[in-house]
Amino acid sequence: MFALTLAGARAALRARQVSARELTDAYLGAIEALNPRLNAYITPTPELARRQADAADAALARGEAGPLAGIPLAIKDLFCTAGVRTTAGSRILAPFVPPYESTVTANLLRDGAVFLGKANLDEFAMGSSNMTSAFGPVTSPWTRTGDAAPLVPGGSSGGSAAAVAARLALGATATDTGGSIRQPASFCGVAGIKPTYGRCSRWGIVAFASSLDQAGPLARTVEDCAILLGSMAGHDPKDSTSADRPVPDFAAACRRGVRGLRIGVPREYRSDGMPPEIEALWQQGLAWLRAAGAETVDVSLPHTKYGLATYYIVAPAEASSNLARYDGVRFGARSEGGDLLEMYENTRAEGFGAEVRRRILIGTYVLSAGYYDAYYLRAQKVRALILRDFTEAFHNVDALLTPTAPSAAFPQGERMDDPVKMYLNDVFTVPASMSGIPGLSVPAGLDARGLPLGLQVLGKPFDEETVFAVGAALERAAGFAALPALRAGG
Amino acid sequence: MSLDPVTVRRIAKLARIRVEDSQVPRLQAELNGILGWIEQLNEVDVDGVEPLTGGAQMALRLREDAVTDGGIPEQVLANAPDRAGDFFAVPKVVE
Repeated sequence: MFALTLAGARAALRARQVSARELTDAYLGAIEALNPRLNAYITPTPELARRQADAADAALARGEAGPLAGIPLAIKDLFCTAGVRTTAGSRILAPFVPPYESTVTANLLRDGAVFLGKANLDEFAMGSSNMTSAFGPVTSPWTRTGDAAPLVPGGSSGGSAAAVAARLALGATATDTGGSIRQPASFCGVAGIKPTYGRCSRWGIVAFASSLDQAGPLARTVEDCAILLGSMAGHDPKDSTSADRPVPDFAAACRRGVRGLRIGVPREYRSDGMPPEIEALWQQGLAWLRAAGAETVDVSLPHTKYGLATYYIVAPAEASSNLARYDGVRFGARSEGGDLLEMYENTRAEGFGAEVRRRILIGTYVLSAGYYDAYYLRAQKVRALILRDFTEAFHNVDALLTPTAPSAAFPQGERMDDPVKMYLNDVFTVPASMSGIPGLSVPAGLDARGLPLGLQVLGKPFDEETVFAVGAALERAAGFAALPALRAGG
Repeated sequence: MSLDPVTVRRIAKLARIRVEDSQVPRLQAELNGILGWIEQLNEVDVDGVEPLTGGAQMALRLREDAVTDGGIPEQVLANAPDRAGDFFAVPKVVE
């Protein structure tokens, strides 16, 4: 049963070869067995999942099943779920039970999905390793060959990626602000897409950096991601940045092929320190696309190297503003103090972890009187140049191919001594976030130590269909079949 | 631009986050590390470039200015750390 992809499970459910309840019970059993080791879920919701599965079975029996009827999913604990605790991986939201449902999760429920539980993440989605969660780190189901040292699953959607890789869910929701879908997808050997900014509503998603945050799916295959995104996406009047555009048939785009497409190869992504095996995999990916009928073209994105520094002004600035709401008054945890100011300061000192406090302080500084122009305004101008690079490249090519991350997964506890060293994980994913363009990570190979490596496909705004077409072609050529040692049904 | 301990305390005050004196040196080093790395943006020529404020490549829409929600005080207050009737309660502000 665990060998079925989401598309396969959907076919089996429709053919009544398996019931939604059987499928859900199998996944709940896997969570019970493996979650104590992986910590991929903060809050499993078995009772809710069984009720939803029974409702899906009833809908399937009536012939009224939605596109995701009976499909068991993990929900990143950044999406508000009505009546189910939503923590954002933070102590400050540990007691928070939203009275409302985020638009993305409401769309999935409309289509019949089953929610297995809330997936772990870096606190407020700030991190690349899942080490900053107040509910403990997530352990990757992968280990290096002959080395049992626990590895990070990537971040911030590390719980979602680990759950999909270890088969504790058929798919998962995730969010990406600077790489938080694509980098964990690469580390965990699964597929994940950050769609165009505006494709999915942000309403009801705990805000980190509002001009960058975007929801997307993680799943075992490119087609499974396409199916999930089809349900998650769509215009929402409750989010003023939500795009009022029809949602294309993303799954159909996976079957288009790449014949005649022009694929750009940005030369600035070839960094000096890049491991040779990642460079080799990138070249292999380009060769696969050429063999499938695409043409590869060198392009230049000259402001690539400034992406990260721009990001680490814009994102903390927006975060310091968004996180001002956690003051111990209306919701979340409160720490007492002698007066109101002391209550605020104690609440925020005790409620936020070290990385979140650091980013709020950076954001507060770059927005403060006298420094706004030097930091924030300048960063927004560089951001415009980064977007211009992509816009110009896309005059000449249909999509870009790059590595997803500069390394494979690393051991828990590594790169913790220097914040900037951790930030460098996102060097290849941040430029697309700054520009709002879609990016998909596809598992493409293993490194010498047996760990997955992903390739990233970037596309034009609102052209996820071409991104899916290229991603699916890579997936077919790569034939990535490796599985982590720790998994359900293994 | 390098932060001194006084500035670190001032930022923390602005951000409403209590910082103990013993934490200041480490925070100062971390923040200066990040800010020093960010300085690389000074080498970019941004003359005449319009700042990009958002990720959405589209005009933001306006909605009708109408009340669409309300009358749910129990839901609004359900997560309050402290309440008094239909109000959020905080430590005494005015003597």
